[in-house]
Amino acid sequence: MDKMPRWADVALIPFINLLLALVVSGLVVLYIGESPLEAMAIMVRGSVGSAYGWGYTLYYATNFIFTGLAVAVAFHARMFNIGGEGQAALGGLGVAVVCLSIPWPHWSLALIGAIVGAAAFGAAWAAIPAYLQAKRGSHIVITTIMFNFIASALLVYLLVNVFRVPGSMAPETARFAEATHLPNAYDVAPWLGFSRSTPLNVSFVVAILACVGVWLLIWKTRLGYEIRAYGHSQSAAVYAGINPVRIIMISMLISGGLSGMMAINGVMGEAERLVIDPVQGAGFVGIAVALMGRSHPIGVFLAALLFGMLYQGGAELEFEMPAVSREMLLVIQALVILFTGALDNMVRTPVERLFLAMRKGS
Amino acid sequence: MDFATLIQLLDSSIRLATPLLLACLAGLYSERAGIFDIGLEGKILISAFFSASVAFTTGNVWLGLLAGVASSMVFALLHGVASITFRGNQLISGVAINFLAAGMTVVVSDSWFSLGGRTPQLETSGRFQNITLPFAEQLQGVPILGPIYHDLISGHSILVYAAFLIVPLTWWLLYRTRFGLRLRAVGENPAAVDTAGISVVRMRFTAVLICGVLCGIAGAYLSTSLSAGFVREMSAGRGFIALAALIFAKWRPWYALMACLLFGLLDATGSLFQNIRLLGVSVPVQFMQALPYILTVVILAGFVGKAIPPRAGGEPYVKER
Repeated sequence: MDKMPRWADVALIPFINLLLALVVSGLVVLYIGESPLEAMAIMVRGSVGSAYGWGYTLYYATNFIFTGLAVAVAFHARMFNIGGEGQAALGGLGVAVVCLSIPWPHWSLALIGAIVGAAAFGAAWAAIPAYLQAKRGSHIVITTIMFNFIASALLVYLLVNVFRVPGSMAPETARFAEATHLPNAYDVAPWLGFSRSTPLNVSFVVAILACVGVWLLIWKTRLGYEIRAYGHSQSAAVYAGINPVRIIMISMLISGGLSGMMAINGVMGEAERLVIDPVQGAGFVGIAVALMGRSHPIGVFLAALLFGMLYQGGAELEFEMPAVSREMLLVIQALVILFTGALDNMVRTPVERLFLAMRKGS
Repeated sequence: MDFATLIQLLDSSIRLATPLLLACLAGLYSERAGIFDIGLEGKILISAFFSASVAFTTGNVWLGLLAGVASSMVFALLHGVASITFRGNQLISGVAINFLAAGMTVVVSDSWFSLGGRTPQLETSGRFQNITLPFAEQLQGVPILGPIYHDLISGHSILVYAAFLIVPLTWWLLYRTRFGLRLRAVGENPAAVDTAGISVVRMRFTAVLICGVLCGIAGAYLSTSLSAGFVREMSAGRGFIALAALIFAKWRPWYALMACLLFGLLDATGSLFQNIRLLGVSVPVQFMQALPYILTVVILAGFVGKAIPPRAGGEPYVKER
C-alpha cells in the first residue's frame, strides 16, 4: 500500500530535508553575526549570476555527478561505497598514466583513453573491497574507508618518488601534452561570455552521458533489474537465481569506475597534471548528492547542480563575507547528509501521517 | 638503535597511542551495544576544539576538558537520536557527524579567534602538565630500569594514565557486571534483552553517551596535552585508526590496548625515522602511515583470525513488526 503519493516521496520530502538543513545553516550564520538571507543572496549571485559563476558551478557539478552516480549505483545493490575519495584519486592516477605515456594525436582520442584509464583504475581500487565483501563478508564500509587512506598514501608515494619532475620540488606530475587539452566552455561557446580560463570543459557532457547510461543500466537492462532486486531483498534475489557475488562485484566495479571518471574533469580538464589531492572531498559530496537525489540519475544531476552552486557560492561568500569561512560548506553538506540520510524518518513519518489523515478525510 | 632511542620511541608510542586508545574504547562501548560509529573522528575533533577554546579563555584546563566532553556528548546524542530514535542509517549519521565537526570547528574558531581555524597557543595553565611519578628522579640513575621508569612510565599527563586505567575498568564493566552483560546482549540480540524487560533504547543511549565521553577525553588530550592548542583537522584520521584498532582487537578491551599500542608504535616510528631500512630494503614513510589500514583490511578479510562484529550491529531495533 502506498502511504503517500509519489511526488511527495521524490520531491516534497527531499525539499523539506533541504529546507531544514538550510535553516540550521542559517542559524549558524546568524550566530556568527551575519545575515543568513544576505549570505544566501551572495551565494546565488556568485554561483549562477554570471557566466564566470556558471563556469565554476557546472565544473564542480561535473565532479559531483560522477561521484553521486557512483554512490547511487552501489546504493541500488544496498552497498554503501564510502570509498569514492580513494577511487577518484586512483582514477586520477589512471588519467595521468594514460595522458603521459601515450602521444595522443587529438584530444578526443585522449579523452576516450583517459575515460578508460580512469574507470579502470577506479574500478580496480573498488575491486578488492568488493571481493572481500562478496567472498569473505568483510564490511564494505570499513574496507572502503581503509582504502581511502591507503590510496592517499599510495598517491603521495608515487607523486614524490615516481612521477615527480626531476629537479622540481612540487609533488606533482609533469604537465600533460598540449594535444590532450580538453576544450573548455570558452573554446566551445565563447559567445556565452565564458572567460578563457573557465574550468568548465567537455567532461560535463561525459557526465550527462553517464547519467543517461546509469539510467539505462538500472531501469532498462536485465543486469539493472538484478541489481535492484538484490538491493530490495537479498534472500529473494538469491531464490530467484541471482548470484550475489556477481551482483556485488559488478555494482561495485561500476561504482568505482564512475568515481574514477571524476578525474577526467579535474585532472585532465582543469589542472592538466596530477597533484597531491586531486579529489578535494568530492568523493564524500557524492554521498550527499546520492542521498538527496534518491539514487536516481535525474535526482543526482539536480543535487549535483545544487552542490555545485553551494561550492562556487561558498567561494564567493568567503570573499564578500570574510566572517563566514569556506568551511561553512562542510557544515551545510553535513546537515544535508544528516537530514536527508540519517534523520529521514523524522520528516517522513509525520508527512506520511498527514497524507494518511487527508486520505481518510476525503 | 641504542637504548636511549628505543626509550624515546616507546615513550612517543605511548603518547600517540593514548588518543587512539580512548577513541577505540569509545567505539567499543557503542559497537558492543549494536550502534556502529564511524563518527569517532568528528567527536574527537569537536572536543579538541572546545577543550582548547575553553582552556584558553578560562585558563583552566579542567574546564576545557569538561567543555570538550560536553561537546562530544552533544554529537553522540545526535548520533543516538538519528540511529536509535529515528532508526536512521548509523553509517550515514556517522559520516554527517564527521563533516559537521570538520566544518563547525573551523567556522566557529574563525568567528571567535580569527586565526584561520586555529585557537591561540595555550599557556601552561591551559594544558595538562606531565606528572612525575614518585621516586622517578631518585631512581633515574639505576641502569636500564631507571630510564624505563623515569622516561617511559613517568612523565605523562594524567589523561594518559587515565586512558590506560580505563582498559581494565572496561574489561571489568563488560564481563563482570550486570550492566556489561546487558550491554553486550543488546548488541547481539536486542529482542532477547527486550523480552527480559530491559529497555533496548535506554541501554543503547547509555552506550552512545559513554562513547561520547571517551571521545571527548581523546579530543581534549589532543589539543591540551599532546599539543598546545587546536589546529584545523587536528584529529588527522585518528578516529578511523581507532576504528581499525577496534576491528583489529575484535571488539575486546585488552586486545584494544595491544592494537592501539601497535598503531601508536607505527605512528611514532614513522615520525621519528624518515628512512627505515628493513632487510636491506628502504621502507617508504607512506607505507608506514598506511600500514594500520592495510593490517585492518587483512584482518577483516579473515585470513589471519576472522573479526566478527556484534551480530545486531548497524541495525535499528524495532520493537514490534
